[in-house]
Amino acid sequence: MPFKSTVGDYQTVATLETFGFLPPMTQDEIYDQIAYIIAQGWSPLVEHVHPSNSMATYWSFWKLPFFGEKDLGVIVSELEACHRAYPDHHVRLVGYDAYTQSQGSCFVVFEGR
Amino acid sequence: MSKKYDAGVKEYRDTYWTPDYVPLDTDLLACFKCTGQDGVPREEVAAAVAAESSTGTWSTVWSELLTDLDFYKGRCYRIEDVPGDKEAFYAFIAYPLDLFEEGSITNVLTSLVGNVFGFKALRHLRLEDIRFPMAFIKTCMGPPNGIVVERDRMNKYGRPLLGCTIKPKLGLSGKNYGRVVYECLRGGLDFTKDDENINSQPFQRWQNRFEFVAEATNLAQQETGEKKGHYLNCTAATPEEMYERAEFAKELGQPIIMHDYITGGFTANTGLAKWCRKNGMLLHIHRAMHAVIDRHPKHGIHFRVLAKCLRLSGGDQLHTGTVVGKLEGDRQSTLGYIDQLRESFVPEDRSRGNFFDQDWGSMGGVFAVASGGIHVWHMPALVAIFGDDSVLQFGGGTHGHPWGSAAGAAANRVALEACVKARNAGREIEREGRDILTEAAKHSPELAIALETWKEIKFEFDTVDKLDVN
Repeated sequence: MPFKSTVGDYQTVATLETFGFLPPMTQDEIYDQIAYIIAQGWSPLVEHVHPSNSMATYWSFWKLPFFGEKDLGVIVSELEACHRAYPDHHVRLVGYDAYTQSQGSCFVVFEGR
Repeated sequence: MSKKYDAGVKEYRDTYWTPDYVPLDTDLLACFKCTGQDGVPREEVAAAVAAESSTGTWSTVWSELLTDLDFYKGRCYRIEDVPGDKEAFYAFIAYPLDLFEEGSITNVLTSLVGNVFGFKALRHLRLEDIRFPMAFIKTCMGPPNGIVVERDRMNKYGRPLLGCTIKPKLGLSGKNYGRVVYECLRGGLDFTKDDENINSQPFQRWQNRFEFVAEATNLAQQETGEKKGHYLNCTAATPEEMYERAEFAKELGQPIIMHDYITGGFTANTGLAKWCRKNGMLLHIHRAMHAVIDRHPKHGIHFRVLAKCLRLSGGDQLHTGTVVGKLEGDRQSTLGYIDQLRESFVPEDRSRGNFFDQDWGSMGGVFAVASGGIHVWHMPALVAIFGDDSVLQFGGGTHGHPWGSAAGAAANRVALEACVKARNAGREIEREGRDILTEAAKHSPELAIALETWKEIKFEFDTVDKLDVN
């Protein structure tokens, strides 16, 4: 009789915090998340880091936070520009909330290799 | 002009019922739901509550005349009907600030809910709400870290945190217990929790548990690349032992400890909170015994008061019930007191059970913890009700997964992130919950199996303690 079991083997995965357990987002899905950040009144900012240092508190800023930016296309272009400049780095999008001095949103858009 | 001593028993209302009084900003205000004995007028009952919870005693005493009691007395300044209840009424009482020691929740409660609750002229008495004046709040330290600092320490942003209690709650050896911690954390949870019953029993002494748990959290953190923690329960028989456990948790490099604030007591809790601030540790707060005090609609203390007291005494996370799970909790009322934990100003709103405007000033916020009988199908409702500043804890809903705790944890993490992503994209997650979870399960066999396992489980009993409405 062939071996048969209904129990699966769960393998540990290295993940990058929020949305780390979801499949990579499509372009439209990323637009939705940027629109949410802007609608909350948060400042979008882009950060990147080499994967070997992904647990560091401070990732490198890409330029400066995009204070007051309302154009979704601009943010997408900046994410892509950062990814082109640092193709082997993780690139994440942050929605910075100046009122709480916290991040209302933060997730990795491009995973480095 | 000095007063004359006149021995005997006066009616309370002559002194303590002052309907013309306008409360001061520095007064501590309380709302009691009173049910008097038959035939006793409302004003007399309300005045008796004010007297017995402040300066009064049953007989006039000569030594009253050595001080200006009018300066120190509590005053009942308003009486209101309780909607939908003919026998009970609300009494609003103002207490001068000088009746209370600075920074002592213990002292406030000893006065307000002390002897008065056994008073014979009352059949029932319930403390519904307290308005703490800013002048008192500023004397309390509050949460050791607060929500913003906890997020920064744990590197968790833009979503509720995810946890679970280790089960079985009693009887595991330290090493086996650490194994369950490791499985949950490697599967995608942010935190695991000691059950409140776990202190330092013969089957598992605390040092042994702390050591294995530290190894488990460190390993999971290293393998997943995410920050992990386990609430190490430091509740103990004596303050000395409590601090000894807290020190050891810190020595092991752990980020968070835990305390049971009602059974442990407010004095112990406030002390431990100050220790946490000083030592850079997060503090998770359990609330065993609360339902003894807060569940009866006419007697005891409403949980919103216990929640406010905890924010002042100090804690970074507090259990609040789930609304949807196996334990009691009315939705509007829960929303009312989670506001008290997290916001800097909460306006009076009777539809949420908040009787006063409450200004918290710059005091840090406390994460609301939803735990108890919840599973993956509840996720959309939990995210909608509790929002991001919460910790959602699935015990049975993690360990009960057919593939084990790691897969159960992963299922919950996928479900949580799918709900947050959908919410951000503007979807109505409570209404579209089924679709959101089913879509997410296409990419996660762990979630697909979890959805199948718990599809029939509901906890639909009516709430015992409802808000007072017509």
